Amino acid sequence: MIEWSVLLAWIVKATVIYLGLVNVGALMTLAERKFSAWMQYRIGPNRVGPFGLLQPLADGVKFIFKEELMPAGANKMLFRFAPVIAALPSMMTIAVIPFTTKDVVLGGWNIGTFSIVNLDIGVLYILALGGLSVYGLIIGGWASNSKYSLLGGLRASAQMISYELTLILTILAVVVMAGSLDLQQIALSQNKVTDWNIWYQPLAFLMFVVATFAETNRHPFDFAECEPELVAGFHTEYSSMKFALFFIGEYSAMTVMACLTTTLFLGGPSVPFLEDPHWALQIAAFLAKAGFFLFLFIWVRWTLPRFRFDQLMALGWKVFLPLALLNLLATGVVKSLV
Amino acid sequence: MLTGYAPILVLLALAIGFALVNLFVSELMGRRRINVGKADPYECGMEAQGSARIRLSIHFYLIAVLFILFDVESVFLILWAVSAGDLKAAGLAPLVLAEIVAFVAVLGLALAYVWRKGGLEWDR
Repeated sequence: MIEWSVLLAWIVKATVIYLGLVNVGALMTLAERKFSAWMQYRIGPNRVGPFGLLQPLADGVKFIFKEELMPAGANKMLFRFAPVIAALPSMMTIAVIPFTTKDVVLGGWNIGTFSIVNLDIGVLYILALGGLSVYGLIIGGWASNSKYSLLGGLRASAQMISYELTLILTILAVVVMAGSLDLQQIALSQNKVTDWNIWYQPLAFLMFVVATFAETNRHPFDFAECEPELVAGFHTEYSSMKFALFFIGEYSAMTVMACLTTTLFLGGPSVPFLEDPHWALQIAAFLAKAGFFLFLFIWVRWTLPRFRFDQLMALGWKVFLPLALLNLLATGVVKSLV
Repeated sequence: MLTGYAPILVLLALAIGFALVNLFVSELMGRRRINVGKADPYECGMEAQGSARIRLSIHFYLIAVLFILFDVESVFLILWAVSAGDLKAAGLAPLVLAEIVAFVAVLGLALAYVWRKGGLEWDR
């Protein structure tokens, strides 16, 4: 039988982290518009609340009251649930991200390390669930009975499975370094700033970051949406809250990817030059590092032009896949023999 | 043992609840005045021509098959990656490493073959 305090700790941690994830997603929609405005010498949304901070809330309310359209000939069941299938896996992957490596103590109540669950196969969990999100996009694209949607869904699936290989192989280089699939152990193995994997795996780090852009369908690889060619890609026919759910899924995926980059390469919750930091400081350090990668998503989007689809596939299969394999083998050779 | 996975169920309940509530609230609250024009799939304002259930480029299929090949490879590599350090301690590292290098080389050959055959060229 499970003790009540343990059960309560699960619920508290899951609720806090989940609400955090959803709210970061909401704030990202605002941040995206604000930063794009500043980069283009505009002001951006500033009417709703101070500095436009309540804009995401206003958007959400508006989404709820919008008319929902379903194209004639659409597969009704798949069309309705594709946004849920797209949003769920990326929201579920936040479960294994370790926000602290130390136990969080609230007024004498120890709720364990600040992650929803601490799996010894955390990396596999993320890869397995992250791979599922492609279903939402292709089901949504196919069920719409629209040619733009179909093409967008196909492109999304081709691009996501191609870059998943790079993602897996670069993560494996880190796994070899740490000797564990447990994200907690991977974070612990980089406790000192000199032990961060970014110094030992710079190539894997670069490829991983680029692959996260392709994996989340972000600029400069957003061929699944690609306004000038495909109108809006796989969500052309979606409106109202179903449309919003696709974006909640996309921003959740970006947040998890930023957290994963932090955990794998930047020591996760480790604080530079502090051997034994307080757990609150660890959370702050983690959020600061992950926040930088979230900003990077926006920064790149408003800086680089879009590639072509064949360039994307060539980069993935002809450059990144062989390089990632060689990098993994080199890491293995050094780890096994030296 | 499996109670270690139980917190995931808490998160799953939260996530499914959030998604379904959003889905049904907007279906209930949104206005609903469908007409023929609105129900037509979007094709830049023109009437939709034919069905969208069309034949697809073989390239997408090829990419999917290649993905399966290399995905299975990476599954095997995961086992080795986790235990690389332990194998060294057990003195088995050079033997296993040689096998892994041979394994990756075989798949490298497969990649080279597909490349040579033009399977990775997207614009043909």
